Amino acid sequence: MLLIPCPWCGPRSELEFSYGGQAHLVRPGPEVPPGDPAWTAYQYERSNDRGPHAERWRHLHGCSRFFYVVRDTTTDRIIRSYRRGEA
Amino acid sequence: MSAPARTSAGGRLERARALRFEFDGRSYQGCAGDTLASALLANGVHLVGRSFKYHRPRGVMAAGPEDPNALVTVRRDAGRYTPNLNAAQVELYDGLVAESQNRWPSLEFDVGRINDKFSRFLPAGFYYKTFMWPRRAWHGLYEPRIRAAAGLGRAPPQADPDHYAQRHAHCDVLVVGAGPAGLAAALAAARGGADVLLCDEQAELGGSLLAPGDAIDGVDGADWLRATLAQLAALPNARMLARTTAFAYLPHNLVALVERVTDHLADPPAAAPRERLWQVRAAEVVLATGAIERPLVFPGNDLPGIMLADAARIYLKRYGVLAGSRVAVVTAHDAAYRAAVELHAAGAQVVALADLRRAADGALPEAARRAGLPIRTGATALRTRGNTRVAAIELGTVQADGKVVADGRWTECDAVLMCGGFTPTVHLFSQSRGQLAWDAQAQVFVPAAAAQNCRSVGACAGPAGAPDLYATGWLGELPHPESPTRGKAFVDWQNDVTAADLGLAIREGFRSIEHIKRYTTTGMATDQGKTSNLNALAIAAQRLQRDIPAVGHTTFRMPYLPVSFGSLAGAARGELFNPVRRTPMHAWATGHGAVFEPVGLWQRARYFPRGSEDLHAAVARECMAVRRSVGMFDASTLGKIEVVGPDAAEFLERLYVNSWKNLKSGRSRYGILLRDDGFVFDDGVVARLAADRFHVTTTTGGAPRVLALMEDYLQTEWPELKVWLTSTTEQWAVIALQGPRARELLQPLVSGIDLSPSALPHMAVAHGQVCGVPAMVFRVSFTGELGFEVNVPADHGLALWRELWAAGRAFDIVPYGTEAMHVLRAEKGYIIVGQDTDGTVTVEDAGLGWAVGKGKPDFVGRASMRKAALQSPDRKQLVGLRTVDPAVVLEEGSQIAARRGLRAPMPLIGHVTSSYHSAVLGHSIALALVSGGRTRLGQEVYVPTPTGEHAATICNPVFYDPKGTRLDG
Repeated sequence: MLLIPCPWCGPRSELEFSYGGQAHLVRPGPEVPPGDPAWTAYQYERSNDRGPHAERWRHLHGCSRFFYVVRDTTTDRIIRSYRRGEA
Repeated sequence: MSAPARTSAGGRLERARALRFEFDGRSYQGCAGDTLASALLANGVHLVGRSFKYHRPRGVMAAGPEDPNALVTVRRDAGRYTPNLNAAQVELYDGLVAESQNRWPSLEFDVGRINDKFSRFLPAGFYYKTFMWPRRAWHGLYEPRIRAAAGLGRAPPQADPDHYAQRHAHCDVLVVGAGPAGLAAALAAARGGADVLLCDEQAELGGSLLAPGDAIDGVDGADWLRATLAQLAALPNARMLARTTAFAYLPHNLVALVERVTDHLADPPAAAPRERLWQVRAAEVVLATGAIERPLVFPGNDLPGIMLADAARIYLKRYGVLAGSRVAVVTAHDAAYRAAVELHAAGAQVVALADLRRAADGALPEAARRAGLPIRTGATALRTRGNTRVAAIELGTVQADGKVVADGRWTECDAVLMCGGFTPTVHLFSQSRGQLAWDAQAQVFVPAAAAQNCRSVGACAGPAGAPDLYATGWLGELPHPESPTRGKAFVDWQNDVTAADLGLAIREGFRSIEHIKRYTTTGMATDQGKTSNLNALAIAAQRLQRDIPAVGHTTFRMPYLPVSFGSLAGAARGELFNPVRRTPMHAWATGHGAVFEPVGLWQRARYFPRGSEDLHAAVARECMAVRRSVGMFDASTLGKIEVVGPDAAEFLERLYVNSWKNLKSGRSRYGILLRDDGFVFDDGVVARLAADRFHVTTTTGGAPRVLALMEDYLQTEWPELKVWLTSTTEQWAVIALQGPRARELLQPLVSGIDLSPSALPHMAVAHGQVCGVPAMVFRVSFTGELGFEVNVPADHGLALWRELWAAGRAFDIVPYGTEAMHVLRAEKGYIIVGQDTDGTVTVEDAGLGWAVGKGKPDFVGRASMRKAALQSPDRKQLVGLRTVDPAVVLEEGSQIAARRGLRAPMPLIGHVTSSYHSAVLGHSIALALVSGGRTRLGQEVYVPTPTGEHAATICNPVFYDPKGTRLDG
């Protein structure tokens, strides 16, 4: 049961959040054609990291905002959380 | 009158308080402080169960929850009947009724023992190779018989009447285990001012101190325990929980405990919960979970009376029970010497003390020698003899050259104490995702790098926490003159797995310990391999000729001990299982006989039967009433989202497939939302209320998903847009009036809105008042008839419904439910997302390509929609089906074949998504997704059923009023 540090609300139980998958995926712009590998990558390819993994969480039952978390997938240790725009 | 194997004094019992109990219908007496296991042993009852597969007689092996054999059912009443309890954990109370399991007709004469005679044909994994022919016999004959022939207890026939509590707790330090190491850690932390929570699964705190051995800092073990508990009790910042098992170590130091509140009471108070689940978030966790004694693997090691040596000592010191009167001891660890000396002092005769080691020095063996016990080193155990109790054991000698020479004679005994050393209890540490390391010296896995803020102290830390405990031990099979050995040498008692089974798995090619475990089922029973995992690993490693750490260990998962469903469910049972969402008009629907169906968490009226109508009759009547006059429908559950802001139109433009910028205020449009993979995700009417304000509707079940997707794109993809999203699903009550007389009914009740066709054309929306209540009126139809949807603030919904109902009587108004709604829309070929789509259907597939805005540079799903694969003409397309026999209603989900009379397996070209009898048309209708469906209009296709097939013709999915003229009334 993770304790997730929401950048706005502080550490809250995992139950208050919904998971948003891998972070910093780049949605191709309209000029990129449909069959382009960039679309396949955006939709289906994931890093599946063993170790630190940048991912999105949303504080669904709280402030409702999306933010980013770097979590070590082997130990579940949360290394840090940050808002959009911070790195 | 004392039980035959009870000592006259000693033990931590209240001997004065005698308790009556029943086991398998016979009455016995025990004492307060007994467990069921100790009380049975005190009464000389050693046969307590029949093993899982072979139905071999089994007795108590251990003194704690690691015991694999003594599984019993405890019955309080018809509703409180708990199977698979460990007799060593069941606290005795006056009037306890228990019975053994997996035997018929009785424990002494169990018919199932025939399995043991046929054991040649029932090794590990036999069901993968045998009972294959004839194939049909598996379901009717073999499987039911096999299941009946093996097993643990029987499931209780009634629902659990007890209630269970749940609690959250926080602390600075959680100490798991109240043995000497745990008590010391808890006291130190509490003295330092920390908020400490200490738990132990036993009824009494103290762990190994309840049967003390060496002194602690010169203080007698029992005295040290008493003093430490008193000091802890005096500290207000120390909470102690007995009967509380920590069973799960979850991320971020959340540890789950289950506290047994009333199971030990003869008369549990009705208001008390039976168990209490604790979810504890601790800043630091101290694991003091101790170590588990290991048995020895030799043929015939499973007869009743053969038990772990230190367990026998615990039964003597803690419960005043002598495990036997003529005791043979086989050991590779000094602990058994202490047991032998103490049992001897209590009056047992130690007939043999066989040490597997070459030499036995040290204080404990010396004490045994001084007591004159018959010690022999370099010895081994070869086999046992006995029926429902061990009667004799044959020992042997291991010569210097490794050759094993059998004694050639029986050593008669009525108990065998075996000790292969100890294994650190690292389960919770491992659950916490800590790394285990193999200690080659101690030959055990010990906690290494922790992943969370926890540390292991005492015996569970390995030699670092208890240096002497791991000095010696034995892993794997005992030395034997024959190879392979004859007779069953058990490794996992509870699942009846022998050393030969492990050899079989390896001969058959299994290499990974995870495969070996699953193929043989070793370590998979309710004891989760507490007494078997390491021996199994050692035997596998030896046969694979690899090191133990190279073979590895299986994954530790929660729960550490079996946990009741009740404690995990807590209050979320029955009506409280899920939140229930009801519309403002719910009470009226109930009062008018509505039959409800759950849609997600919502309760929706499905139909309103009159008199003795069944579903079909009611739906037929409701549908006819709508098409003839007017019907009223509660549409409040559909999702509503207010999209507001200067960029509201731009936001919707990027999200939905449709064009929105050209939608005027006061107008609405049928919107379709895709995912970025190009598949239909949701649909709904979207109205523009102002330049910067849209009222988006969604399907009932899709509302949370749609809002989540909107927030996702808004916050992370297009954060520059000035848009705010608000769910207004519960803020509006929505009453749909559908039918040719809808306007006639509504207009007199409306002020401020002209409902005439020119003033409020189809898909327009206007604000005004209905029956004096501020309202938003949409001209919109999901039935194909003239229709309006009246939106009022939810608190007014019920009153407005009643007024419309009263006014509607003059028009023979009929309330209709979701079933009629489904039929009416299907007659018009309108899809329902989630019924006619399944997440793999595109707008083109659904025949809705017309909704896509032309020339839009981008919207969610646009790129994928245009992939070649999603434009293929073979894709399943939405069509209608008319059965050749109009009375036949196809089953939804049926598959469709292109030719008649095919036999399975046959190529299939689609499936039926919606299917109903249409009262207005007088025949059945169906919607289906068929490969290349739109090119197959007029073709006959076939729907296979278990008893034959139905023929149907592919047609246009709009069955009724194809020109849509009825929309205007």
